[in-house]
Amino acid sequence: MNQMTNLEATAKTSPFAARYNNFIGGEFRAPASGQYFENVSPITGGVIGEIARSNASDIDAAIDAAHKAAHGWGTTSVTERANALLAIAQKLEDNLELFAICETWDNGKAIRETRAADLPLAIDHFRYFASCIRAQEGTMGEIDNDTVAYHFHEPLGVVGQIIPWNFPLLMAAWKVAPALAAGNCVVLKPAEQTPATIMVFCELIADILPAGVLNVVNGFGLEAGKPLAQSNRIAKVAFTGETTTGRLIMQYATENIIPVTLELGGKSPNIFHKDIMDEDDAFFDKCLEGFTMFALNQGEVCTCPSRALVHESIYDRFMERVIARTEAVNCGDPREGDTMMGAQASSEQQEKILSYLDIGRQEGANVATGGSARSMPGDMANGYYIEPTILEGNNKMRVFQEEIFGPVVSVTKFSDDDEALSIANDTLYGLGAGVWTRDGNKAYRFGRAIKAGRVWTNCYHLYPAHAAFGGYKQSGIGRETHKMMLNHYQQTKNMLVSYSPDKLGFF
Amino acid sequence: MADTDTPITCVTDDGPIAGIDPNLRVAATESALDLLGEIIDRHGEVMFHQSGGCCDGSSPMCYPKGEFPLGSSDVKLGDINGTEFYISGPQFEAWKHTQVILDVVPGRGGMFSLDNGTERRFLVRSRLLPQD
Repeated sequence: MNQMTNLEATAKTSPFAARYNNFIGGEFRAPASGQYFENVSPITGGVIGEIARSNASDIDAAIDAAHKAAHGWGTTSVTERANALLAIAQKLEDNLELFAICETWDNGKAIRETRAADLPLAIDHFRYFASCIRAQEGTMGEIDNDTVAYHFHEPLGVVGQIIPWNFPLLMAAWKVAPALAAGNCVVLKPAEQTPATIMVFCELIADILPAGVLNVVNGFGLEAGKPLAQSNRIAKVAFTGETTTGRLIMQYATENIIPVTLELGGKSPNIFHKDIMDEDDAFFDKCLEGFTMFALNQGEVCTCPSRALVHESIYDRFMERVIARTEAVNCGDPREGDTMMGAQASSEQQEKILSYLDIGRQEGANVATGGSARSMPGDMANGYYIEPTILEGNNKMRVFQEEIFGPVVSVTKFSDDDEALSIANDTLYGLGAGVWTRDGNKAYRFGRAIKAGRVWTNCYHLYPAHAAFGGYKQSGIGRETHKMMLNHYQQTKNMLVSYSPDKLGFF
Repeated sequence: MADTDTPITCVTDDGPIAGIDPNLRVAATESALDLLGEIIDRHGEVMFHQSGGCCDGSSPMCYPKGEFPLGSSDVKLGDINGTEFYISGPQFEAWKHTQVILDVVPGRGGMFSLDNGTERRFLVRSRLLPQD
């Protein structure tokens, strides 16, 4: 059993227990190896607890537990499954402040965002899929007068999910909610950079789900994630991360002939047309915020609007305004409610961002603001902080082509619509995009012409359930946050029934 | 905002890459060679594939040799003491004007990469290749 989480924690102290075991078969189990690894908070760079360092035998135990539960959960009525998801949502909502504190300590992001985004979105996600599964219907086709084709939705069985570190709880919710709603049992491997909040989640929802329906195994990717992805006892694997591992996971899935869904990132263009500056009004203020969204979650978002394309006729005036807006980002203590941007999730992430600022400078990008690591006072002195940074350059630079995954936006200008579209689509990825204009016709044309799974139009970084999220090109396979996600977690059973007493006559 | 005094080394510093041939497409720092040597001692021959995309994207992933199935569009940037280093063809197009310098930083991530769990992590630094 875990030492329990401090449920009364306030933002200033880590809420986590000294040690977390795995959650397998409805109970907390020590890893088979007896080994633990240290969980570091990016806010301080200090250790905030120990986490199970699991290996293939723990993954096997979790898959065993999931298989044991699979038939029962898969045949549980949709009403009961939906009610379980609603109960999970309520538990999250009742403990919103605790989970917000947990996510901020685990990941480093500002508590303002965990309170206002991560948690409300996660809560709503469970409710959304509770609704979807209740409302889902199979189909019936009348093939001829005596022959009927029924189509039923059936769960896949036991699925593996590998979760990223940028929105640890929300990304788990995105994957767990539809999988459970559809009647699957889950073995989930959190990212080793952010392993703790999900264990608090397990503590609090343990009595809501039958044993083995949800299993969480922590550890390193190589030791625990890989055996999960390679297992021939899972019916599907879902992964959010990067392209090389995505290819490898597809390869493992190929060997087992199972489906995958992948979300592998982007380099999203955010396009600002000249008419946005026709007025200095509420809408233009919204545009300025839309640009500054590159700093949301410290830029550690797969859809970070990390390329800004600005019409040349407004470029100088617009840049003056967005630089001021960016410099107004409050980069204080992530645990304070008015801080707008927190710590990068790990030391190596901070190093990677700095390596990009370095190559950007070498390629001749102009640093309009920021451009460095950020030193912080007190117990944050060893945390991982970066200044919100605006680079100006051209789309061939590597800072325009690769996901930096930091609070860095690369800005370039365009002269006409064709050039804007050409730049927007000149990328390996196609996850998100933003278009800002007062002209509805132009907005529509751009929305359809950009090769990306989501085009935010006069908005950015909204993630409501019931709007499909997923990538074109190398950004991945599949769509999340929409009822169509259920299809990724369900088989189709066709029953083809003859209501005729007459033989066909062949034999 | 205050400038940092965090000791971060980038390639514009002389130290970590002094002596590396600036014409190679891929090269390694001494600390990267040390970690690579340790990994080879433990796992046998290995290979690298440069990742892209989110989260651990941009990381050089180190696998047992042959484990990562190469496709027809993957490009071999070169080798590091005999260890081959690959990148996808489309990503090579965006990277081809830069030298990839394999370095090591303290860290944990790396997904299925063999540096995972060593508390050190391969990191790619870059500098511009000389113009032809």
